[in-house]
Amino acid sequence: MFGMFGATLLLAFREIRRHLLRSFLTTLGIIIGVAAVITMVTLGNGVTASIRDQISSLGSNVFIVFPLRGDREVIRPFKEDDVEAVAKQIAGAEEVAGSVSASTTAFHNGADWTTSVQGVNNAFLRAQSIDVEVGRPFTREEESAGKNVCLLGPKVRDAIFVPDTSPLGEEMRLGGVSCTVIGVLAERGQGGGPNQDQDNTVMMPLKTVQRRFTGSDDLQYFVIKYDSAYASSAIQDSLIDLLRERRLLQEGADNDFNIIDTAQVNQALGAATGALTAMVAVIAGISLLVGGIGIMNIMLVSVTERTREIGIRLAIGALAREVRLQFLTEAVVLCSLGGLAGIALAFVLSWSLASVIDVPFIFSPAINLLSFLFSAVMGIVFGYYPAARASRLDPIDALRHE
Amino acid sequence: MGTSPETRPLIELEGITKTFGEGPAAFQALKGVDMAIESGDFVAVMGPSGSGKSTTMNILGCLDVPTSGVFRFHGIEVQSLDRDQRSLLRRRYLGFVFQGFNLLARTSALENVELPLLYRGENKAARREAAMRALDQVGLAPWASHSPAELSGGQQQRVAIARALVTEPDVLLADEPTGNLDTERSLEIMELLTRLNGEGITILMVTHEEEMAQYARTIVHFRDGLVERIERGKTRVAEQA
Repeated sequence: MFGMFGATLLLAFREIRRHLLRSFLTTLGIIIGVAAVITMVTLGNGVTASIRDQISSLGSNVFIVFPLRGDREVIRPFKEDDVEAVAKQIAGAEEVAGSVSASTTAFHNGADWTTSVQGVNNAFLRAQSIDVEVGRPFTREEESAGKNVCLLGPKVRDAIFVPDTSPLGEEMRLGGVSCTVIGVLAERGQGGGPNQDQDNTVMMPLKTVQRRFTGSDDLQYFVIKYDSAYASSAIQDSLIDLLRERRLLQEGADNDFNIIDTAQVNQALGAATGALTAMVAVIAGISLLVGGIGIMNIMLVSVTERTREIGIRLAIGALAREVRLQFLTEAVVLCSLGGLAGIALAFVLSWSLASVIDVPFIFSPAINLLSFLFSAVMGIVFGYYPAARASRLDPIDALRHE
Repeated sequence: MGTSPETRPLIELEGITKTFGEGPAAFQALKGVDMAIESGDFVAVMGPSGSGKSTTMNILGCLDVPTSGVFRFHGIEVQSLDRDQRSLLRRRYLGFVFQGFNLLARTSALENVELPLLYRGENKAARREAAMRALDQVGLAPWASHSPAELSGGQQQRVAIARALVTEPDVLLADEPTGNLDTERSLEIMELLTRLNGEGITILMVTHEEEMAQYARTIVHFRDGLVERIERGKTRVAEQA
């Protein structure tokens, strides 16, 4: 039986090679369909991974709270006493910390570098899981007195300090403010917002930045790291109640602040990915249907062209199912080759597009294998009718066919 | 096979009719053919076109079934077999040679000859060996790797004969085997068929050329869908060789 099947397979390859251009054009629909599906899924995975990465850089079990206009004329910023009230009154809040930032230029030893300065306390570093790689975090005294000490993001260190020398204890200047370097932050990568490089930053005590850069005791936002044993929705509800009360909002008035829950963003991302997947499935379905009809068409042409050959095979004793198997094999081989070409094309496309839009290239064996199997199954589905037609030919008529 | 193959003829036709189409357009090609062919015979079927000789050959070749009547081959009632059963009968007992050679184009002579063995499930080595032997039998072993387009008409027909022989069939059916060949090549083919018949293969041949029919032991004349007369036990032109 294998001899028969091996010979059938060989014959299928030979027929395809004989009509190389035609075979290529026929499978183009499948090639494009498969390539589109794999490329979109691969890029989708990359985008999702990159967004998840950014979200996880915000820390897990973290709320980010920032003021909005709501029904009012102006935005009312949060202050340090809001942070203290939340820390005291919200059960499950482990760390609560405010932050402000401003863009500035860092100078050292004649080198300069555009960056931003972020005012934070150690609680913020803990809430956001930011590690100090070299040196030490702020002391309580530095925080409360608003000392001129700073923690460098790795990008800033690389930009203005001599490589392989320790910046610790060095004096540098941020805009018009000089400060002593007490530590270097661990690398965090992209995140915190679109096109934001978390490593291009300098951190100073909150008070210092408020006094020397932003000129007020306003906070731009604050973060809450909560105990994962608490339900995030319960914490969020009591947080909303507390903040509405503190901001004297009437019943029915809109919240003049927003709370971002990283867990929720993750869920929303999952939903968006699901929608994308469904869309891909529809596109794939359409293009593969078109491709399949092309296969069926060309197989019908092939059966007509080879009517005489079929007649010869039947006359010398081929069974109907053997003729059917021959044409079915040809359709499956044709579709599988299309699938393989589509996989190769998708690899090149998704690899280069991933680097263009700057997301990781995540090769998914599952979608590649699935696409390949699907194209083979298409060969069976769309090759069956032409093959059945070939097997039903009358040998006498087939032999007479010109 | 069959009830008593020694005492029965290899092929028996009893009251065979064949009607094509239905209603007023119906055409009765065979109107009750009775005939028996013994194993080892060389039969030439003759008759004007429309006499029913091709229809008879299609039935004898198990490619078609009669509308009524009984066709026994090796005692098996072929008219009651289905398509696949008749295919199995063909691949086991019959070899075909056609007027138009009917070789697979762009396929070597050797592969053409191997084809019937493929459907018998023979392995590659056995196929190759048997096909080479068959090609050798028809004197074409040196042309094994040539495609039909590279061979002359006579050579192509000999490849077709090798393909028919390769399964060692009981019966070789030849439908106008010399119809597309010049006289010299035709005579070569007839010599070959005669030699094969001498080796024991039963040959059924349709021809309209009297000269070719003279190679047969038995000549069956068809007219208007009926057997007109049968000449048996002839002395053949080839027998002086």
